Amino acid sequence: MAGLELLSDQGYRLDGRKATELRKVQARMGVFSQADGSAYIEQGNTKALAVVYGPHEVRGSRSRTLHDRAVINCQYSMATFSTAERKRRPHGDRKSAEMSLHLKQTFEAAVMTQLYPRSQIDIYVKILQSDGGNYSVCVNAATLAVIDAGIPMRDYVCACTVGFVDETPLADLCYAEEGGGGSSLALALLPRGGQIALLQMDAMTACKGVSKVLDEVVRQHLQDVSVLTRE
Amino acid sequence: MLKSKTFVKKTRSGGVMKIVREHYLRDDIWCGSEVCSECKQESTVLQRDACIESNLCPFPHYLVPDTNVVLHQIDVLEDPVIRNVIILQTVMQEVRHRSAPVYKRLKDLIHDKEKHFYTFTNEHHRETFIEREPGESANDRNDRAIRVAAKWYSQHLKTPEAEAEGLRVVLITNDQGNKAKAEESGLLVYRCEEYIKSLIANPELVDRLALSNNEQNEISSSKVLFPEHLPLSRIQAGIKSGTFLQGTFRASRDNYLEATVFVQGEGEDSTEIILQGLQNLNRAVHQDVVAVQLLPRDQWVAPSSVVLQDDVFNVQKGERGKVVGIIKRNWRPFCGMLNVSQIKESTRHLFTPADRRIPRIRIETRQASTLAGQRIMVAIDGWPKHSRYPNGHFVRSLGSAGDKETETEVLLLEHDVPHQAFSQAVLSFLPKMPWTITPEDMVKREDLRQLTVCSVDPPGCTDIDDALHCRELDNGNFEVGVHIADVSHFIRPGNALDKEAANRGTTVYLCGRRIDMVPELLSSNLCSLRSNVERMAFSCIWEMNHNAEILKTRFTKSVINSKASLTYAEAQMRIDDTSMNDDITKSLRGLNKLAKILKRRRIENGALTLSSLEVRFHIDSETHDPIDLQTKELMETNSMVEEFMLLANISVAQKIYDEFSECALLRKHPAPPPSNYDILIKAAKSKGLEIHTDSAKALADSLDVAKVDGFSYFNTLLRILATRCMMQAVYFCSGMDSDFHHYGLASSIYTHFTSPIRRYSDIIVHRLLAVAIGADSTYPDLMDKHKQSALCNNLNYRHKMAQYAQRASVAFHTQLFFKNRGILNEEGFILFVRKNAIIVLIPKFGLEGTVFFDGKGKTGVNLRFDEEVPSLTVEQHTFHMFDKVNVTISLDDSNIQHQKIRMALLEPVIPGVSVPAPEVEPQPKKPKLDR
Repeated sequence: MAGLELLSDQGYRLDGRKATELRKVQARMGVFSQADGSAYIEQGNTKALAVVYGPHEVRGSRSRTLHDRAVINCQYSMATFSTAERKRRPHGDRKSAEMSLHLKQTFEAAVMTQLYPRSQIDIYVKILQSDGGNYSVCVNAATLAVIDAGIPMRDYVCACTVGFVDETPLADLCYAEEGGGGSSLALALLPRGGQIALLQMDAMTACKGVSKVLDEVVRQHLQDVSVLTRE
Repeated sequence: MLKSKTFVKKTRSGGVMKIVREHYLRDDIWCGSEVCSECKQESTVLQRDACIESNLCPFPHYLVPDTNVVLHQIDVLEDPVIRNVIILQTVMQEVRHRSAPVYKRLKDLIHDKEKHFYTFTNEHHRETFIEREPGESANDRNDRAIRVAAKWYSQHLKTPEAEAEGLRVVLITNDQGNKAKAEESGLLVYRCEEYIKSLIANPELVDRLALSNNEQNEISSSKVLFPEHLPLSRIQAGIKSGTFLQGTFRASRDNYLEATVFVQGEGEDSTEIILQGLQNLNRAVHQDVVAVQLLPRDQWVAPSSVVLQDDVFNVQKGERGKVVGIIKRNWRPFCGMLNVSQIKESTRHLFTPADRRIPRIRIETRQASTLAGQRIMVAIDGWPKHSRYPNGHFVRSLGSAGDKETETEVLLLEHDVPHQAFSQAVLSFLPKMPWTITPEDMVKREDLRQLTVCSVDPPGCTDIDDALHCRELDNGNFEVGVHIADVSHFIRPGNALDKEAANRGTTVYLCGRRIDMVPELLSSNLCSLRSNVERMAFSCIWEMNHNAEILKTRFTKSVINSKASLTYAEAQMRIDDTSMNDDITKSLRGLNKLAKILKRRRIENGALTLSSLEVRFHIDSETHDPIDLQTKELMETNSMVEEFMLLANISVAQKIYDEFSECALLRKHPAPPPSNYDILIKAAKSKGLEIHTDSAKALADSLDVAKVDGFSYFNTLLRILATRCMMQAVYFCSGMDSDFHHYGLASSIYTHFTSPIRRYSDIIVHRLLAVAIGADSTYPDLMDKHKQSALCNNLNYRHKMAQYAQRASVAFHTQLFFKNRGILNEEGFILFVRKNAIIVLIPKFGLEGTVFFDGKGKTGVNLRFDEEVPSLTVEQHTFHMFDKVNVTISLDDSNIQHQKIRMALLEPVIPGVSVPAPEVEPQPKKPKLDR
């Protein structure tokens, strides 16, 4: 039995995309009226919902209050029905905690927190359906929600994953491609300044071509993503 | 356009999972044809002038084969005539799942520019994608997809331009139903045979058509290949009733379809059952304990009598049988290499073990590309009945193949030599450093520190376990002492150190590496009888007269202080140098004189002097590569030391047997059965000589007189041959056996006493002797003849394995040596004559090799083998044993796993058989080092 052929000789991927093509992106802002900001995004079969509350005064322990800027509180969770096999724990596992932390770091870099000292901004993201690229879809959803809430940012954060198969970088991996054994790189950017907000790589085998991936795919498609998410 | 594909899949844990995948349909997949003006393609593959001259299709056409045609007729498709073929993605994917080799060939075809094969990604094309309908099987859906794509092509190419050319698309299928449906939809369809037969210019293509009995060729993955194994309860009942026999499965080295089962019968007699064919072998792996059922005589097949490999598979007579069940698996991790699958994304690969007797193993790994070219270890997990190969998993990598360290590791593992570092538990029983001899140690020891003791060993030896002395007594007699390292003082019975040593059994000497039986602190320091340090010893002291007759024998534990550690050459120089007259030299001369008398007497009694060539490598001190190779030389001093060791061993054997008649550990060498000598007698007869083999004495005498004028090497060759006739010497417990005779040494009793640092048997003998003289206390296991016997079995096994490992190590280093030397031209002698080959010995390197007269590229050579002489006539030339021949030697590294020395005949010149002389390359004076 052979494994999956991630990239055919004709240059088509499993789902028929070419190496640098993104999945179909659809987004809506302001899906909930009670929250301060909200957004729903679909990237292929990955669907995510983001909700933003705040800025408001720090709740819970006051000791977390920062005098010069706002505290960003992120929570990432996956719906129990988001994967093929029903999940037992929607949040609170190690992976979600890690993802929450990454989101927090990303948005601390993007949101102009110094405008709201002694306050808190909550970002809740939920994956409704998972099909690869969870992190990047969450970032994109959260960005839209933050925009919807009207919180000033240095730049819109756009994120995408990149894989690497046979010396060819593949943009926006689906679940089968992520599990295909190659390396995958999640990247969040501030496109105007060309700054990287977060870079995370998962690889079974050492990835020799990180720079190639960064240069070819990311720079080239940065603009696409930022345009799409802004719509 | 977006479509979503949904299907269910069984997970590994057995659950059912729903998988949803996106499936994008595109508008930008082009048809790849030169005639098409609609498609915005950059380059085209399919030609405008796609002409294959055919009766059926006189117009230009493109071929669209279906999956079964590609699978079965790939030979035809590979023909240069067949061009302009459209391979659909559906077909590609099906082929990929069904047959990796065909997929690889198909890919090669597509990459070949001359062939004009175009892959059309029909599954992602907006107009050719179809969904599986309810009730439609996957195969039917794929067939329909192929028809739809072919239909699309024929419509798409209906441009005015293509019409002018008359270009059409031809679907090739062997499936009747598919063909009918295609015709219905107005496609041009042919069966493969029809189409190929219609080709005008190429009648020979028809021969390449695979016979297609279409439906039966379907590969079904769930086919059962092997009969079910019986449950253990039925096997036990069968063995009890005698319908089944229990035995050890031994696979044949030369033929993977053959094996023997060794059935241990009552007492001594044992039978071998021959198994043939995969079905009868029924998934048994080498060394498994299996239950076999005998086959009725009419189902017997003669075993193959032709040598397929270097070794001869003897034509055996025996019962035929089949494996009905496995009683005990004896799987261990196997060393070998990975055969990387031809599909690069594949995670399942076949693993080829280094041991030919082990079948290939299928393993799953994602790091195949890194593991290729490495020696790896793999463990077998199981062998399902519908699988051709057992399933296993990757254990660890040993390093890249051909590497000296890796190969040494492999041969140690393959010969089951325990070579891990000693554990902390073992090391904890070592004496604490700094170590000195305490007064308590002296209580039961004799102080022999004042004696002029010296040791004689090979150069570079650090584990010195014997030392000698000789002095003249006041009464004119000689006092001769053999002092053996007192290892049993340090290794106390039953502790971890003792158990480890008992398990290892022996120190293994490989080229450039030693695997110690006891930790280095003991072997190279505290036990080693080095010069000018006080060491504990076990001494055997004789009083002898000038005729070397023993007057008195005494054993004692002692403390000695060796005055010199000499090499054989140094000792020889001292004896020969008349100007030296110090105590050591005098002692050596006395020993030498006595040794000569002892040796003469021993040979008179019928001890054999045998011969085998041993080689020594000169190893480069920096790279550790062998740079030169020479056969070991023997000097007078070698035999001097040997003589006294033999004497000590015999004396000790007698003493421990007298004291413990039931549990003495002894060594015997059984006389070989007379039939073993057949080859020797025949060989000598061919030179007009007679060899008597009635007794060891007769054999020794006739070997001494067997000489041929002008052929000085003949006697050595004969002795080498005689060595091959011998049986293996073994350890045994005196209470379990009645025959103690040592044939080779012509001694009625023998044991091993003199090398306790490197042999565990000697440690036991030391303990027995210590109890016998009251120097040490006894312990229960020492007196238990069954435990003793079990220990002997382990020691015999370890010794045998150590020997094999040593030989394998020498063989590997010989290969390394020849690797850099290209093709050499050497003189050799024929040692054996076989049915289709001669075995040649090269005295210069002590190297044996086989020259085959049939096999690859040598068919049609006229061979006549006469078993009686024995001789082999090749065309006009007849080869006899001991004939002198010239051969070329080269390293055959076509198989990295089994590199071997390849020999080819140079002289005598036989047209069509011998090879031309290699061009003599000027040897580079000194290899330049490029830094």
